[in-house]
Amino acid sequence: MKRLLASYETFVFLVIVLLCIIITWVNPNFLTLENLFDLLKSYSFVGILAIGVLFVLISGGIDISFTAVATVAMYVMAVIIVRYGGNMLTAFLIASVIGIILGMVNAVIIYFFNIHSIITTIATLNIYYGLLTVFSGGKWIYALPTWFREFTEIRVFTLTNANGIEYGLSIITVIWFALLALAWLILRYTMIGRGIYAMGGNPTSARRVGFDVLRLQLFVYSFMGWMAGIAGVILALLVQTVAPNSIVGKELDVLAAVILGGASLTGGVGSLWGTMLGVALIAIMGNGLTMMRVPAFWYNVFIGLTIVISVSANAYRHKRKKKRAIAVEIE
Amino acid sequence: MKNISKRYVGVQALDAVDFEVHKGEIHCLVGENGSGKSTLIKIISGVVRPDDGSRIEIDGERFHDWHAIDAIHKGIEVIYQDLSLFPNLTVAENIALSQTIAQGHKFINWGEMRRIARKAMGRIGADLPLDELVEDIPLADQQLVAICRALTHNVRLVIMDEPTTALTRKEVEALFAVVKDLQSKGIATMFVSHKLDEVFQIAERVTILRDGEKVGTFASQELDDEKLTMLMTGKKLAYTRYTVEEQENILLEARDLSKSGNFKEISFRLHAGEILGITGLLGSGRTELALSLFGLNPAESGEVLIQGQPVKIGSVQDAVKLGIGYVPENRLVQGLIMQQSVGKNIVVTILQKLLNGLGMIDADKMEDSVARWIEELSIKVPSADSPVQTLSGGNQQRVVLAKWIATEPKILILDGPTVGIDVAAKSAIHDIIRGLAGQGMGIIVISDEIPEVFHNCNRIIVMHKGKFIAEFDTAQTTEDAIQDCINRAG
Amino acid sequence: MNRKFSHTTILALVMIGILLLMWALNGSQFLRLGNFQSMAFQLPELGILSLAMMVTMLTAGINLSIIASANLTGIVTALILTRFVTPETTGAASFAIVILAVGAGLLTSAAIGLLNGFLIANVEVSPILATLGTMTLLNGVAIVMTKGYVISGFPEAIRFIGNGQILGIPVPMIVFIACAALMALLLTRTRMGVSVYMLGSNPTACHFSGINNASVLLKTYLVSGLYSGIAAIIMMSRFNSAKADYGESYLLMTVLASVLGGTSAAGGFGKVSGLVIALVILQIISSGLNLLRVSNFLTIAIWGGILILVMVINYVSEQYQKRRTA
Repeated sequence: MKRLLASYETFVFLVIVLLCIIITWVNPNFLTLENLFDLLKSYSFVGILAIGVLFVLISGGIDISFTAVATVAMYVMAVIIVRYGGNMLTAFLIASVIGIILGMVNAVIIYFFNIHSIITTIATLNIYYGLLTVFSGGKWIYALPTWFREFTEIRVFTLTNANGIEYGLSIITVIWFALLALAWLILRYTMIGRGIYAMGGNPTSARRVGFDVLRLQLFVYSFMGWMAGIAGVILALLVQTVAPNSIVGKELDVLAAVILGGASLTGGVGSLWGTMLGVALIAIMGNGLTMMRVPAFWYNVFIGLTIVISVSANAYRHKRKKKRAIAVEIE
Repeated sequence: MKNISKRYVGVQALDAVDFEVHKGEIHCLVGENGSGKSTLIKIISGVVRPDDGSRIEIDGERFHDWHAIDAIHKGIEVIYQDLSLFPNLTVAENIALSQTIAQGHKFINWGEMRRIARKAMGRIGADLPLDELVEDIPLADQQLVAICRALTHNVRLVIMDEPTTALTRKEVEALFAVVKDLQSKGIATMFVSHKLDEVFQIAERVTILRDGEKVGTFASQELDDEKLTMLMTGKKLAYTRYTVEEQENILLEARDLSKSGNFKEISFRLHAGEILGITGLLGSGRTELALSLFGLNPAESGEVLIQGQPVKIGSVQDAVKLGIGYVPENRLVQGLIMQQSVGKNIVVTILQKLLNGLGMIDADKMEDSVARWIEELSIKVPSADSPVQTLSGGNQQRVVLAKWIATEPKILILDGPTVGIDVAAKSAIHDIIRGLAGQGMGIIVISDEIPEVFHNCNRIIVMHKGKFIAEFDTAQTTEDAIQDCINRAG
Repeated sequence: MNRKFSHTTILALVMIGILLLMWALNGSQFLRLGNFQSMAFQLPELGILSLAMMVTMLTAGINLSIIASANLTGIVTALILTRFVTPETTGAASFAIVILAVGAGLLTSAAIGLLNGFLIANVEVSPILATLGTMTLLNGVAIVMTKGYVISGFPEAIRFIGNGQILGIPVPMIVFIACAALMALLLTRTRMGVSVYMLGSNPTACHFSGINNASVLLKTYLVSGLYSGIAAIIMMSRFNSAKADYGESYLLMTVLASVLGGTSAAGGFGKVSGLVIALVILQIISSGLNLLRVSNFLTIAIWGGILILVMVINYVSEQYQKRRTA
């Protein structure tokens, strides 16, 4: 199976390479360092959310409330820093705490009342989003503090392009990569990480072998909430405005990226590498359409087609594998 | 002398059962379905609490509060029938995880995991690929993984729940060698099984449960097949043989059916009124053959003729139209829709017969149909709307039979028709089958149990590794002859 | 699952309770005929969409694309109408074009249903993934066709469907009642219907019993698609416009209505009668909240809360049942 998954991820990788070639052929500006850094910066939002969604999928559940969680975290953080000031650290802290708490609520409902995660998170999505819109009055927040704006400009290293404009590896991307590294360490080198895989593979066995399923569930959904909180701050940094309705509705983009990267809806299967490939695929398609001057409203069509084709191919492959299974060794 | 003795009063499941296991012994627990075997195991492993008045002692030390974690600490490990492994994790992880958790580690040291796994494998001389995912290795190897996992703890008692159901003869022998090896290391094994010949092969002592009570504990030499069956069921069974006068009408004829990886060059004939038995070891291709006649696993070459006409059976619908029915071996998953009502389960095969002039289902016709079959097959159920899962095993099988008999088949294939059904109900099912043959149906019974085919079939074919290797006329042979034939081939 | 009181009976009681509650909160204006009439206009579109969702949930699946299907159907119909009907078109010709447009719309929704069915039944993609993909795809196609704009301005004939009355009963309600009755008939009195329930509980056993699983699933999603299309016609007629992203909050509500009405997300159980009563309950709450001038967004949050509450009650009652039979 490892081989098979590796081959699936390789397949996605090849598709990405193919797309890059096509797009660059149409518009050479695509494969430039400048464009790449730009993409890495703007897609960190989706990328960070994808890490959280991956954790949930591996554990055997699903979460579509993360956009609402991100929105609430982002909005509350913005209100506080506008009213009381602060710095980047407090901003991230506030958002993280809110995200973790909202995520824990999901875990509690799912675990203690045995409600399926898709129904629970459909409900909490609406609860969080609805309440936020009511309490915020739908107001947008524009006047973010200067230090908030300045943070976005920070670069780890800077280069200059032909027109004299500076560009470089943004600190936002670095944050994303740092979180990726942390996630990788957790999944590969901690008991909690293996526990998540175990729970996704066989929940009854996980219990029997001694894993504390409650603790694992709390962790997974809180982690998702944490990622959502951070992602909310990132989005605010990227667009420098905070609106209650900017994130909700994009759940499926993130979910699509993670699934395209090979994570299974039934749990137990998925890798960070695959997820990042999935995000890359989505990013390149989005950016590619722009680069090739295809009107923006074709975006959904392409993503939709990609999802349909990829899940179909996967399902078909599964079908063939089942049929070919040898039942009897004949002499 | 290590003792686990228990005396408890369980309301329905167990009644004042005394049970003890000695250090390093191989002890078998037998009993029919519903005898209380699984409850006993759950109590021993600390998953279920026994009632007040129960006593649990390990090494003479009495325990009042007995939980799963206590059982593990005292060296009791259970290997459930489903093995409780993680299919998406590697062999090394599966073996080493439970010890890593028990030791309270927070981080994973992959080198350490492999060391633990290798050590456990070394204890029974197993050599499994550490980095393969468990779902990719064969079932027998998975069982070894489960055993290795049990061995990573300081285990003193291993409980195995029906470990041999899906294993071939060779693999069963290998498993027994491992159990004996464990014994030599002072580890006791408790085997739960319903396969009597295996019980005699491996057990030193046998405890028999019946209806929640202990019938007795005996040394295995004191028992034989008949005695054991009688103790398990409380009844003495009189088997009558099934014979058939003339072979007239050929209902089904198979010529050189082959399918790679399934069966090869299968040819036989089935006459009306016959009960043909197909037996052999697990993995010999019997079910695969049956499924090909039923349309789920069509053969790649060869011919099938029904009443002299060549036919193509490409789907279940084809089979049903041709008058073939199949009672599957996995009753719970393949044969019945557990949560739905008895009535619905019975009519699911004959929906098109219940249509009125407008093409809608006629509710009265449906009700009548259901009532008729419940009566004809004496299905004990309070109402046709009761979910099938509330019925006993024997009654559930009657529902499956009902739904197929309702299709008025000419040929009925039954795969393991009395597995997991207690003995009294077994013979009732056999009577039904004989009745059907008497009405002119052609019946094929596929079974593991030689006595079952010997007493209920007029002809028996032995299948091995995808081929038919011998045919017997039951009137002119003995059970032992058939058993020998199978053993020699294996 | 033998309950002392059937789920439907409990629902009926809840419905009466909620009615009384809303009356208490709102006073006599709640019980005016006008109020009931406006409820009767609003309920049908959600109702037909919920039927579309329910039938797929019965097979242990789900159809995330019903709203997108409805929107696209509406757009197709709207495009035909606005393209061919001008102020000069005669009444008869206009009527004919309306028929044509509606036909085209329903054909679209049927095609979408077949696509979903094909992916799920033949390619064996899981329903969540398949309908997630088609939902995104359809959304995209809708955006491409409309470039994000609203299409509006329909002829009289079609506006009758959404706004007219026959004998004092709103036309949408008549359509809904017909759809519900048809669905009930389908589920209880046809081969396909009975197979749907069996398939939802155990597809393997169905396969072994001679049921053509693929055919049943295909028909299920076809019906789901068609019902989405019917809902679309009503919606576009009522709003007198069609857009790519109408009704997104409806998805939650269709799941809520199905679950409240007794349909199990795990498949195999659920009745149309339960769904109808659940819809009435939701509609009463919605109207009541509206009259209390509760904001739309708070209402959405309340739906989420109710969904969780319903599931918790389900869970608690199941535990209670288990303890009694243990």
